Amino acid sequence: MIVWRDRWRRLARRPVAGAAAIILAATILLPLLRWGIVDARWRGDAAGCRAPDVGACWAFIGHKLPFILFGLYPPSERWRPAMATCVLMILLAISASPRRWQRWLLVVWIAGLGLVLLLLRGGFVLPRVATQDWGGLPVTVLLTLVGLAIGFPLGIALALGRRSRNVVTRIVAASIVEGVRGVPLIAVLYFAVLVVPLALRRGLTPDKLLLAQLAVAVFASAYLAEATRAGLQLVPRGRLDAALALGLSWWQSMRLVVLPEALRIVVPSYISIAVGFFQDTSLIVVIGLFDLLNTARLAAQDPDWLGFYTEAYVFVGLLYFVGSALISRYGLWLEQQLARGRAQA
Amino acid sequence: MVPSPASWRTRGALGQALLGLATVVLLWWFAHSVRGGLAREGITLGFGFLHQPANFDIGERSGLRFTPEDTVGRAIVVGLVNTARIALVGSLLALILGFVVGTLRLVDNALLRGVMRAGVEVMRNTPLLLLLFLLIATLHTMPPPAHAFEPLPGVFLSDRGLVLPFPHTPRFVGFNFVGGTTLSPEFAALAAALVLHHGAHISEVVRGAILAIPRGQRDAALALGMSPWQVSRLVVIPQALRAMVPLLATNCVSLIKNSSLAVAIGFPDVVSVLNTTANQTGHGVEAMAIMLGVYLALSLGVASLLNVYNARILRRGA
Repeated sequence: MIVWRDRWRRLARRPVAGAAAIILAATILLPLLRWGIVDARWRGDAAGCRAPDVGACWAFIGHKLPFILFGLYPPSERWRPAMATCVLMILLAISASPRRWQRWLLVVWIAGLGLVLLLLRGGFVLPRVATQDWGGLPVTVLLTLVGLAIGFPLGIALALGRRSRNVVTRIVAASIVEGVRGVPLIAVLYFAVLVVPLALRRGLTPDKLLLAQLAVAVFASAYLAEATRAGLQLVPRGRLDAALALGLSWWQSMRLVVLPEALRIVVPSYISIAVGFFQDTSLIVVIGLFDLLNTARLAAQDPDWLGFYTEAYVFVGLLYFVGSALISRYGLWLEQQLARGRAQA
Repeated sequence: MVPSPASWRTRGALGQALLGLATVVLLWWFAHSVRGGLAREGITLGFGFLHQPANFDIGERSGLRFTPEDTVGRAIVVGLVNTARIALVGSLLALILGFVVGTLRLVDNALLRGVMRAGVEVMRNTPLLLLLFLLIATLHTMPPPAHAFEPLPGVFLSDRGLVLPFPHTPRFVGFNFVGGTTLSPEFAALAAALVLHHGAHISEVVRGAILAIPRGQRDAALALGMSPWQVSRLVVIPQALRAMVPLLATNCVSLIKNSSLAVAIGFPDVVSVLNTTANQTGHGVEAMAIMLGVYLALSLGVASLLNVYNARILRRGA
């Protein structure tokens, strides 16, 4: 309370700046509140929403929520993508704490991802669902997670390669990293669907979602490699020398001494890369796949609910916002955890 | 057992040779398979198709002449000019917005700071494509030009796009506006989305760079009797600017790369034109080569300019 009184006093002392700020807040916030809450319609059908003086039509979101979340997935089977998303969330929750980063976790992840794929694809007693019909939240989460999971080890390998003493290794790693970082993700996606299938044998039509997943993974690896390289540069040279002097091999020194320290330094960069990829998976729209953003767009193209684009985008915007904010929060928490672990050691 | 340097060197040389060989073989295999795939579809590699008529129209031409009878090569040039136009307008406005917002986030007014922070957080935590879709959907639901919405005097918003009061104040004559500059809905939406998104990111760079200047510098300058404005102009900004130039440049490059999102809303930038070309002519491989070449040239060009800049700064001993 005292803080607020203090702030108001300071504001009152500068009438022009204070008035400008209040006008700015009022011209943005008030219409937004009016549209989104006061004049909004929460129930009913499209006709009710199209009445004059009605603000946001949240009834539209209520009706189309299953479609926005799961896309073209057969409606009777929607429990499967719902379960798959839950499994992915549980996997994330289990692996949040650095204390659990042990070998058994890798096994849990492989089993978990297998279960997710089984649920989404079908098999055994579950009817098959083609990847073209996958959509919405599970696609966004799966592309982000698997892309980063494959990109991470690849990125570390590329970063080590760029710092290698061997010229050929350096050149190969640097060309991959700079080549990928120099072009837009859209170009990489087009490359994956236009050129890569040509290189495969006849009759082998590669799955578009799989190609997009590989493109995202390769793209992620280049950015993760640059972040990792920055971390490696910050580890004092003496650490490696000391490890070598103790009789560790180069690989052992890297794995046990240099990399752990480098990775800890670059946690903030990794987190901002993760947030970026969570959002950038939406670009798969251009190759005709349906992530969360594209299903929202399609929902507003339903003839019954045509044109409620703003509501659709504001709703998925909120989902993206919450997701991104959670990743950022987790990053801060992780930094603290790792710093604490270090202080004890 | 510490291996001797000599054995390291032999193992290293062997490894290098193997890696080099593997890379070459992999690239050769890929090129060979792609050629085989193309042969099966009856397409021969080559840039001859650039001289064939395009057979598709381009909605936005940035003042260039273009008809479907013109060559594919010319279509790509129109796409490139469109990309250049969006890149120039976008980078310039994003830099201005970034500086304004970045500075406003440091003023002594909690409400103003709060509003700016909220805006930046919204931009940083939602996808650029979402903003782009939202803007284009909003522009398409604007009233027709006859009932255009006038948010500022002389600026009109309609379902035909945005009309700006240059060189003259626009007047509504017949079916459309004359006298002003009309931006298509696609251009306006793409430019606005890129400026808002990257402006927010640039504002963080600006804020970070200013905050990184040690507090003592400011205090010392104030103690010397400078006014707060002089302190900013003569002490803080020159130092902050030097620290932020590389980050500003990378931000502008990523803005240009993100301008390829144009393809999602049908603005004919270079990626969009090349994609159409690939679908129409079947020369996807060549189109991809041009696309990758254009962006790589841009990124590597900016990277080498930055190296020159850094070298100059280091020589000056900053």
